Amino acid sequence: MELPIGDRRTAVARRNGAAAGAPPTMTTEKIAERTRDKERNVSDIALDEAPARPIVGARARALARLGWFDAIFREATRAAAFVVLLLLGGVILSLVHGSMPAIRAFGLDFLTTQSWNPVTERFGALAPVYGTIVTSFIAMTIAVPIGLGVAVFLTELCPHPLRRPIGTAIELLAGIPSIIYGVWGLFVLAPFLQKYVQPAIISAAKGVPLLSSLFAGPPYGVGVLTASFILAIMVLPFIASVSRDVFETVPPVLKEAASGVGCTTWEVVRYVVVPYTRVGVIGGVMLGLGRALGETMAVTFVIGNAHKISNSLLAPGTTISATIANEFTEAVGDLYTSALVELGLILFAITFVVLAIARLMLMRLEHKGA
Amino acid sequence: MMSLYSSRRRANAIATTLCWGGAIFGLAWLLLILGTLVFEGLRGLSLDVFTQTTPPPGSAGGLLNAIAGSLVMTTLGVALGAPLGVLAGTYLAEYGRYTKLALVVRFINDILLSAPSIVVGLFVYTVMVAQMGHFSAISGVVALAMLVIPVVVRTTEDMLLLVPASLREASAALGLPRAHVVTRVAYRAAKAGLVTGVLLAVARVSGETAPLLFTALNNQFWSTDLNAPMASLPVVIFQFALSPYKDWRQLAWTGALLITVAVLVLSVAARAISHRKSQT
Repeated sequence: MELPIGDRRTAVARRNGAAAGAPPTMTTEKIAERTRDKERNVSDIALDEAPARPIVGARARALARLGWFDAIFREATRAAAFVVLLLLGGVILSLVHGSMPAIRAFGLDFLTTQSWNPVTERFGALAPVYGTIVTSFIAMTIAVPIGLGVAVFLTELCPHPLRRPIGTAIELLAGIPSIIYGVWGLFVLAPFLQKYVQPAIISAAKGVPLLSSLFAGPPYGVGVLTASFILAIMVLPFIASVSRDVFETVPPVLKEAASGVGCTTWEVVRYVVVPYTRVGVIGGVMLGLGRALGETMAVTFVIGNAHKISNSLLAPGTTISATIANEFTEAVGDLYTSALVELGLILFAITFVVLAIARLMLMRLEHKGA
Repeated sequence: MMSLYSSRRRANAIATTLCWGGAIFGLAWLLLILGTLVFEGLRGLSLDVFTQTTPPPGSAGGLLNAIAGSLVMTTLGVALGAPLGVLAGTYLAEYGRYTKLALVVRFINDILLSAPSIVVGLFVYTVMVAQMGHFSAISGVVALAMLVIPVVVRTTEDMLLLVPASLREASAALGLPRAHVVTRVAYRAAKAGLVTGVLLAVARVSGETAPLLFTALNNQFWSTDLNAPMASLPVVIFQFALSPYKDWRQLAWTGALLITVAVLVLSVAARAISHRKSQT
């Protein structure tokens, strides 16, 4: 989920804050000392009316209490920050621990075997890994151009009064839970594709060398292609809103200068906006890819859940997350459970790498902005 | 000269048309989804949905236990995750800021923010469900809290950084200890932002299905026992939508509509709060 705070604002705030990062603590102590000196003078004058000792005692106690609270609060926040680290460490450790039986039983064969047989307890991750990568790849090839188009539309072309409402609408859509897309895909998109689109594709691809095997077989409705479509629709608002935020970091002066020397809107986008934000756009796309790879519910409904790799994109398949979601509660036997956990570990490893690259790229853009 | 000009104009026309087309195409799909959702969901919306528990196949019923389960688990999950998230965010913005720990935590948190939620489900399963020996609502709560934390950490840090440093300096100049500067000044200045972060976290968590599938599981009956499986809207939708029964499928649509409305209302509220704040 992208938060409604632009990276730019953060960067600016960080810079403003930087100036005041360390000094306050020093000044606090100094000023506290100075006030204490002054207070002593005041209490000297006040001596006539009240004895000084009890006041000093109460003051010391109050200061000590404040000091305690200060220390406890600081350590509490530090501990909370450590908890975030521990969570990630815990996730990795528990996944590795849980998948040890499967790793011991299958070793590296796990990654290259296609068979997934709970009865004979032969498990291989090839089909789900293949499904995950293929669905995400197709989804990204559809969603990235359209998403970037929407972002360009929102930053350069859209009439001004409409920019905010449409931008907000897209951000809201990016926050809709994925199960909604899954239900819609199952009840609306899959039957529609099965009835109208897939037969047309199959007959059109017949006879064409490569396409005929890519789009072979009966129109099931559910399958790899349908899952890819749903994924594309789901990551589209996400990519659009991230890239819009990124495009908005381009200083208006640059765009105005380009327009000033006679560039068309397209040339401004092509030669100013895109080069300036390239790193950030790639980061945003990688974030979208991370979502698509790990997406569970939208895919589980429409992938068909078949543990085999077929040449045809219309055939049912499976992804890592769909396999886990469908089979985990029904898995009997340690090895079966463990194989599913190892699938989870693979998924986590893949998304971790993708997300880490995405974050590093977005951070580079942020530095540029600051 | 003229031909170069016209070719540039043509390229511009093609590109802008494509962008318009892409925007209309993309928005059309999303509107289509919302449209069908409202249409199909409203058809099954009645008072029974809120007063009856989930039915056995073939008979009428509602979603009462699922709605209650979602409310209970989301509330507890946020109650568990939000304070931790706020504290960690405070460390990143106020105390750590440039320390090694803060840099690492910031990076890790951003990754957790978009990590696949099903992996969180697996983690809680191995840590809690497998140890306890049975599925339980409390493990669902923990799974949801793990998804709340990164969202709240991120917004808390961002919002605290927006608080002008001069406010902190002024209160420090009055002799306030750092903890008071943070809790009495920075928190108050960033209050709207912090609320926004929590609301966003609620919105994010209320539709999560994957982490609940094998932690809280599902429950056909009314239950408030945290140590037993508990129904939740997303899991019920998952089960009912994939079933062959007509009543169940209708309930799945209605449940989907309820979740979407809840999430949209929460996000709009979050936006309204932070927007009003940023204008004053």
